[in-house]
Amino acid sequence: MGDDPGLMTVLLAMFAGAIRVSTPFLFVSLGEMLTEKSGRINLGLEGTLVFGAMSGYAISYHTGSPWLGVLVAGFCGSLFGALHGFLCKLPKVNDIAIGIALMLFGTGLAFFFGKPYIQPSAPRLPSISFGSWSDHPGIRQALEINPLFLLGIALAVFLWWALRNTRFGLIIRTTGDSAPAALALGIDVNRVRLLSTMAGGFFAGIGGSFLSLYYPGSWTEGLSSGQGLMAVALVIFARWNPIYCFWAALLFGAAGALGPALQSIGVSRGYHFFNAAPYILTLLIMIASTSPRRSLKGAPGELSITK
Amino acid sequence: MSKFKLSRRTILKSSAAGLAALSSAGLPRFAQAAGLTVGIVYVGPRDDFGWNQAHAVAAAALKDVPGVTVVEEENVPETIAVEKSMESMINLDGANLIFATSFGYYKPFVLDLAAKYPDVQFRHAAPLWTEADPKNAGSYFGYLDQAHYIDGIAAGLSTTTNKLGFVAAKPIGTVLRNINSFLLGARKVNPDATVQVIFTGEWSMPVREAEAANALVDAGCDVLTCHVDGPKVVIETAESRGIKCCGHNASQAPLAPNGFITGAEYKWETIYKMFATDLAEGEALPNFTGGGFDVDFVRSTPYGAGATEAAIAAADAAREEVKAGQPIFVGPINKQDGTPLLAAGESLDNYEPALDQTDYLIEGVSGSIT
Repeated sequence: MGDDPGLMTVLLAMFAGAIRVSTPFLFVSLGEMLTEKSGRINLGLEGTLVFGAMSGYAISYHTGSPWLGVLVAGFCGSLFGALHGFLCKLPKVNDIAIGIALMLFGTGLAFFFGKPYIQPSAPRLPSISFGSWSDHPGIRQALEINPLFLLGIALAVFLWWALRNTRFGLIIRTTGDSAPAALALGIDVNRVRLLSTMAGGFFAGIGGSFLSLYYPGSWTEGLSSGQGLMAVALVIFARWNPIYCFWAALLFGAAGALGPALQSIGVSRGYHFFNAAPYILTLLIMIASTSPRRSLKGAPGELSITK
Repeated sequence: MSKFKLSRRTILKSSAAGLAALSSAGLPRFAQAAGLTVGIVYVGPRDDFGWNQAHAVAAAALKDVPGVTVVEEENVPETIAVEKSMESMINLDGANLIFATSFGYYKPFVLDLAAKYPDVQFRHAAPLWTEADPKNAGSYFGYLDQAHYIDGIAAGLSTTTNKLGFVAAKPIGTVLRNINSFLLGARKVNPDATVQVIFTGEWSMPVREAEAANALVDAGCDVLTCHVDGPKVVIETAESRGIKCCGHNASQAPLAPNGFITGAEYKWETIYKMFATDLAEGEALPNFTGGGFDVDFVRSTPYGAGATEAAIAAADAAREEVKAGQPIFVGPINKQDGTPLLAAGESLDNYEPALDQTDYLIEGVSGSIT
């Protein structure tokens, strides 16, 4: 194997990996972005993701309809969001602490209810082939795209547009930047935050259902392995911009595919290092993008970590 | 193998004698099985469709022994956490026999506790115990590489690209040995076969396992197998990519109705049932229990739709040969870096202790262990 075909294989694998692996990152980070835009942090999305994966799989198994599973996963996610929104409304409650509690609660609950679903095989989401123009099997495989990925792109563009150009977008941004100003405008701050957190939970739940119903496509307890937490970090370096969230999710997907792809072409020394690529990437971007002399550009003013 | 059986018996006898001697010295004895509490520690969930499930299902045999109480804990990581779990089983539940079912539990955790609690018996599921280790510790193990060798034979006759893919968790002895035996099986029937291995670095990491499986298919492999705790993802990925696969740990045949060839399964129930009988009869458990097809500790999954007539015939014949003691490691075999492992005409017994310490891949396997 020469250098060129090897390099092409890795690039193709990273491209395919970006499309395959990025969807949960995208949905969770869009959900977290929306919640943070309204002035709260929901660290519990990891738990929401895992519970969404479990509930989506269970519903798909019982009803035979994976799309119903996706919907129920989103609905369960919004319930977790509602719980977070409700608890944080109470006086002197810290949203980060509640988030961590909900993360553990969500994963624990998912493991508890998920036991009977580890073995059975549930119907999975279909994919759409965009690669029929190519006769390269790798490219054809890479372009087997799940509708949820496309939905995620549409959602990112929609959120980007809606946050800037609609009345609701303005209300959310105002609430997130200055609660007193929002109050003065007659906005019910708590309700806006509750609804934003619920919507965020809905997206994260859908992200979870992608994990169990499409890729890797089965429910196991190790399914998420921290992807929900990474997606939360991803929001910060995406600068609370939905479009950047999309690029960041793609980057994370590609980084995750790097380790196995390099091993498949024979570059196998130091695979632990390449497997850690997504985490190293998180650190590097965090270091490169922070400065003690200025606050993060685009950060909502009400966020408890930036206040 | 007869030689092996002999040594197991001898150990069994001598340790039973040893225990009888000990019990007269006032130490607790299994003879009064009443009051025996068995603690079992698992690294993952007990129903993972793989390693832990195979143990949990088989260990249920112990629960039927009168007077034996079983306490179990799952999802215990291979860290200091397992030491705490085992200590709490000993101190709070009164466990006097511990089964530690994951590879990384042994050193240093089982060894430390065995020294700290000389009255408690420890048994660990990997062929790691040696004479130098505490006498209240021990190992039990099925030599799954024999079943992976049979998989390799069936896979070698099923591939058209001559490239077989192997998704492996960690580069430890038993995993490397399975990979080597898989290649030797394939090479026996198909001298051009190669095995490409990708290590994920974790016992259970579903997204990375799926990525690894896809990368292997993209690299041209047309038969996949794996050594991870829950092979579900690898098998389902192989099936969805339209290639064949061989299972691991438990039967994954229903997951791949088109491409499943056969699989390498432990038969832990033989071992646990044997232990249960020993306990019921008040005998001590042997320090070292292990074996393959010959003592019914491993088995092949019934053939799936992916197995051809030729593959079935060759695999069945090879299984009988292994059962009769014919060696898997027959020279000439070189290690990956070209240094000879066995010269032509040499061979290693299937229970050769040196194979337990496998720290190399052999020529024909691509992939690095570092």
